[in-house]
Amino acid sequence: MSDTTDKGTPILEFRNINTHYGAVHILKDVNLAIYPGEMVSLLGGNASGKSTTLKTLLGMVTPTTGEVVLDGEVVNDKPTSYRVERGITMVPENRRLFKRLSVLENLQLGAYLRNDKAGIAEDLERIYTMFPRVKERANQKSGTLSGGEQQMVAMGRALMSRPRVLLMDEPSMGLAPMLVQTNFELIQQIHQEGIAIFMVEQNANMALSIADRGWVLQTGKVVLDDTAENLLANPELRKSYLGEA
Amino acid sequence: MTTAVRAKGAPRTGVDWFLLVMRVGLIAFIVIGLLGFVAQQIDPTNAWATWRHGDEGAARLSWAQFQGLVVTGLSQGAMYGLIALGYSMVYGVLGFINFAHGEVFMIAAFTGFIMSTKFDQAGWWDSGAFIPAMLFTIVVATIVATIVAVVMERVAYRPLRGSPRLIPLITSIGVSFFLQNAVILLFGPGAKGYAPFPDWLDKDRINIWQIGESDTGVPEYLLSVENKKLLVIVVAAISMAGLWYFVERTKTGKAMRAVAEDKEIASLMGIDVDRTIVTTFAVGGAMAGIAGILWGILFKSVIATTGFLPGIKAFTAAVVGGVGNLGGAMAGGVSLGGAEALAPLMVLDPWGIEGPSQLRDAVVFTLLILVLLVKPTGLFGERLSSEDRA
Repeated sequence: MSDTTDKGTPILEFRNINTHYGAVHILKDVNLAIYPGEMVSLLGGNASGKSTTLKTLLGMVTPTTGEVVLDGEVVNDKPTSYRVERGITMVPENRRLFKRLSVLENLQLGAYLRNDKAGIAEDLERIYTMFPRVKERANQKSGTLSGGEQQMVAMGRALMSRPRVLLMDEPSMGLAPMLVQTNFELIQQIHQEGIAIFMVEQNANMALSIADRGWVLQTGKVVLDDTAENLLANPELRKSYLGEA
Repeated sequence: MTTAVRAKGAPRTGVDWFLLVMRVGLIAFIVIGLLGFVAQQIDPTNAWATWRHGDEGAARLSWAQFQGLVVTGLSQGAMYGLIALGYSMVYGVLGFINFAHGEVFMIAAFTGFIMSTKFDQAGWWDSGAFIPAMLFTIVVATIVATIVAVVMERVAYRPLRGSPRLIPLITSIGVSFFLQNAVILLFGPGAKGYAPFPDWLDKDRINIWQIGESDTGVPEYLLSVENKKLLVIVVAAISMAGLWYFVERTKTGKAMRAVAEDKEIASLMGIDVDRTIVTTFAVGGAMAGIAGILWGILFKSVIATTGFLPGIKAFTAAVVGGVGNLGGAMAGGVSLGGAEALAPLMVLDPWGIEGPSQLRDAVVFTLLILVLLVKPTGLFGERLSSEDRA
């Protein structure tokens, strides 16, 4: 299957995770591992538990049983801020910028837990170089930006925390088709800087074309775990996610 | 903004017509009143004035009276604005109106009363040591108010986090009754008078530019302000500026605004949401604390129910300015205070209404209704997030 042996220790790991919302069993014995610098993608239909996976990774939802492991340490009872400080962050679904705050303030909040002024200024410059549009609009309220610009700010905001793993929840959701391609190019660009990317995406074809590995989640269970190439070639998957008969 | 009430293209119902009549009627009443005022200033025996007031016509408002009203309105309005900030901030962060906020203000006014009598007994109050004693009183009252607000959040509201917003709202009414009755239990139900302030603060005025003399030989000035009202306006302005700086320019303020907009994403940024909520209550409490002392300076007495009317008026100010919007709360407070002071003589009197000054409270709440009818989001209100608000 996948070549996980030569990747060292994973940054983030799920060990037999079960998550419930009330009586509803969402995640069922899920095992995942994200290694430094890789790009993985999580596929699955509606209500398959994709968002819950992300929330459990970040500590916004507490699993009923099993362990969330960060750098070899069990972090089940640690708050989100603890995990963010250690290099995990997320670009949420629909971007969720602070619309009444300026673009600059949004970016500064991304670095909320950091105290190294020089480093923050440096990262801000880096983001401005990456997205010149964002620099132009730095003092504008982020709610006035277009969808594509908001996506850039959302990514910038996440990068401001200097993540080692960037979780992305449906990055192409709500973007114009033309922007989806640009968006994936941006994700690849971020990935090339050595940041591991864990992407939840409906657009399976696009997601697998840039990912190293992929998981397929079905009603809370991991049903496929393979390299992206193998997944793209998998007839079962092509049928259910890529709309091929 | 009125389309917010009625869906586009929907047929007008009886209620819509009623609201339309209310809107037009209220605005017409105010406009005619103002026109009548201008007319009676020019000629106190014009046709409208003799119709409304009888043959001797209306009374002209002198410049001294007018500017006195403006200053009174500004000083009380500044006080309302300070209290309104607390309502607005808590609403912004938690989405409910904390009706017990007026009691925080009352407790600060009570603290001021206790401090003033203690200082008076020690002989500090009416002497050279008044200024440090006063500053100390302000600091202590602010701290007490902050503590009350924080404890209130911890004991009454935090356990309700996540419940429907109506529940903390009702709880806040309960907290309000509790605090009022606790104060009655401790200090009795009667009004408590502050120790007399020194004359230079309480009675003296600052006069700028004499413009003439009245018929009885009293000099008239372009601007003549009682020192205490000036002090109230200055202290309120400094506090508001401080708050503005805190919210707009500091990291904690930024976190506060982020939490107000989206708690989940704020925690994703690593912000401690609970701590930020406590900060919000603390800052709102501090503002109410300062307002409590300003109340003491203006009215020199306090009673367990002191918090009620100013609290409701400050809530009105917050709604008028657009609840959740801090600049709006301040502007709402000042415009409310101004309207309360000026409208009785500038709108009601030209209509020939007897004893208009006693209708000040009615003016305030009419203004509330008017704002809700014409611009439900308040003067500076923006559409709040799609998240529904209680």
